Amino acid sequence: MGERLQRNVEDLHLSNLTKKFGDVAAVDDLTLTIPAGSFFALLGASGCGKTTTLRMVAGLEDPTSGRIAIGEKDITALRAFQRPVNTVFQSYALFPHLDIFENVAFGLRRRGIKKVEPAVNAMLELVELAPMARRKPTQLSGGQQQRVAVARALINEPDVLLLDEPLGALDLKLRRQMQIELKRIQTEVGTTFVHVTHDQEEAMTMADTIAVMNAGRIEQLGDPASIYELPHTVFVANFLGQSNLFAGTRVATNPGMLEVLANGVKFLVPTARNSAPGDEVIVGIRPEKMTVLDIPDREKVPSGNNALEGRVVDVSYAGVSTQYLITLAWGQNITVFEQNVVVGDRSSVGDQVLVHWSPEHTFGLAGGETLLATTAQAIAAGV
Amino acid sequence: MVAVVPTSSAKGAVVTRRKSRTGYFLLLPGMTWLAIFFAIPFVTLFMTSLQAPVPGKSGQYTPAFQLSNYPDALAEYWPQFLRSFIYAGIATVLALLIAYPLAYFIAFKAGRWRALMLVLVIAPSFASFLLRTYAWKTILADEGFITTFFNYLHLLPDDRILNTGIAVIAGLTYNFLPFMILPLYAALEKIDPRLLEASNDLYASAFKTFRKVTWPLSLPGVVAGTLLTFIPAAGDYINSELLGSTKDRMIGNVIQTNFIEFRDYPTASALSFVLMAAILVLVFTYIRRAGTEDLL
Repeated sequence: MGERLQRNVEDLHLSNLTKKFGDVAAVDDLTLTIPAGSFFALLGASGCGKTTTLRMVAGLEDPTSGRIAIGEKDITALRAFQRPVNTVFQSYALFPHLDIFENVAFGLRRRGIKKVEPAVNAMLELVELAPMARRKPTQLSGGQQQRVAVARALINEPDVLLLDEPLGALDLKLRRQMQIELKRIQTEVGTTFVHVTHDQEEAMTMADTIAVMNAGRIEQLGDPASIYELPHTVFVANFLGQSNLFAGTRVATNPGMLEVLANGVKFLVPTARNSAPGDEVIVGIRPEKMTVLDIPDREKVPSGNNALEGRVVDVSYAGVSTQYLITLAWGQNITVFEQNVVVGDRSSVGDQVLVHWSPEHTFGLAGGETLLATTAQAIAAGV
Repeated sequence: MVAVVPTSSAKGAVVTRRKSRTGYFLLLPGMTWLAIFFAIPFVTLFMTSLQAPVPGKSGQYTPAFQLSNYPDALAEYWPQFLRSFIYAGIATVLALLIAYPLAYFIAFKAGRWRALMLVLVIAPSFASFLLRTYAWKTILADEGFITTFFNYLHLLPDDRILNTGIAVIAGLTYNFLPFMILPLYAALEKIDPRLLEASNDLYASAFKTFRKVTWPLSLPGVVAGTLLTFIPAAGDYINSELLGSTKDRMIGNVIQTNFIEFRDYPTASALSFVLMAAILVLVFTYIRRAGTEDLL
């Protein structure tokens, strides 16, 4: 174990990686560097190419074109069993005819290592399953099986550990627990983890870096906070958390600040937070950045803030926060989350309200994309 | 209150008892069948095997307890016994070697042809067992293509196949092959292909994956298939009768001739019992050795 930390772990490079099934490109010219020792999440709806990418790294799928390398070493042509990469499968794929000990020892034995007991026992200790060594996989709970799958892969000290929706089969509470567990293990062993998931919350809690994938391409790459705070595409804005989006046109550019007119309302967007190249700009704002006021309190809105008027059509109280659904003058619905810090004094259905927010939370996205198509896509994917 | 509780629980007890009886009723037809056509003949057969001949009257026997029938029968017919097990054993191994790749292909590679291929496996069974074995007489005939071919290569010790042990083994292998293929297919088909990927991911080459994952997981099918082939093959007499010579007779032929031609019922019965016992012992040792109990 101690040796692992001194081992020279290297970055995983994917260059122009493409995988076509028939005419459909599941992965489309993907170029990506995953830093050594990082916890990297590939996030996307099902069918976005994230699992195909993972399988190509594992060697279980041959790329149509492109290159996979670890450090300087090109592994594209290597067979799965020759790669210094191991996978935690979605279904765990534990060998039913072997006990837990032998499942974990499998990789070591196949590489001709004779004395496996110390390593296997240490690994079972790490995943807290030492007493289960002689049980069969079917005698374990889902969470325990999951940990065996992690142990079975990690014991081989791979350069990269691939996790294919590893928590998908677990119930919510156990999933939260395993997220923390996996993060702990990753920190402890320092191996590069590449984690494929469709669960944005899971990706954000666990990963150092997230790549949001859509239609075989990476939409945005970055640490969870920066992607969330400043999405670059409509897809990311809708897929990672929720966003209220308004399609408009740039009318003026002041120093550091754009003015965008959408549905007759003027919005301010910081130039630094705008990714639209042209005059068509989609203005975006996260629901929790907005504040709801009664119309008479108009003067409480700080000057320079973006503001909208609307009518409350739904209020859901969710303990930590209250969720408002507000219909605007042009029929668009927006969502606003309000922290429940004030006692009482909540707007109710039918109230005319004023919603405002600071421009510094506003972001600008390239126009021309339909705002609903992406949402529908995300919904269709069951997210 | 106290008076009410026992009444209701008694009612509940009646209901559950009636429910559990249904299971036994379901067993009734099968058990009756087994009693009439297996248990009673079994006892009769055992009694026959101990009968003594009526002096001077051939083909007539009286009830007795003549245990010597057993050693006598064995002393006379042990070569046929041995031959039965050798032939059945070879046929089983050959069937396994032929069936395993085929079943593997159907289970993992056949795709949409899978159903058709399975039908083709059992299709020959639509023709009678006897007829198919007769067909092999033609296939293996002295002037036939196969015999000519092997003779050209000088591979046949007797320059022929028909009326030799080779023909009997070929017939046994052919006739019981579907009984090997189907359980093997059922076992292989159940294997999750992701297990093979996992093995591949864990440094096992295709060959090692087969040895360490596919083969052990298919063992229940191997055990079932070999038993379903070996047991009927060991007791078979049609293949030896039609495809072999008198030198290739198996224990099934001996039992048949003793019953039908010699009318030596005690010897035939004793041989039947020995065959049954020998197969049981072999099967149990085999299952023990294969260690498949916890796989099933």
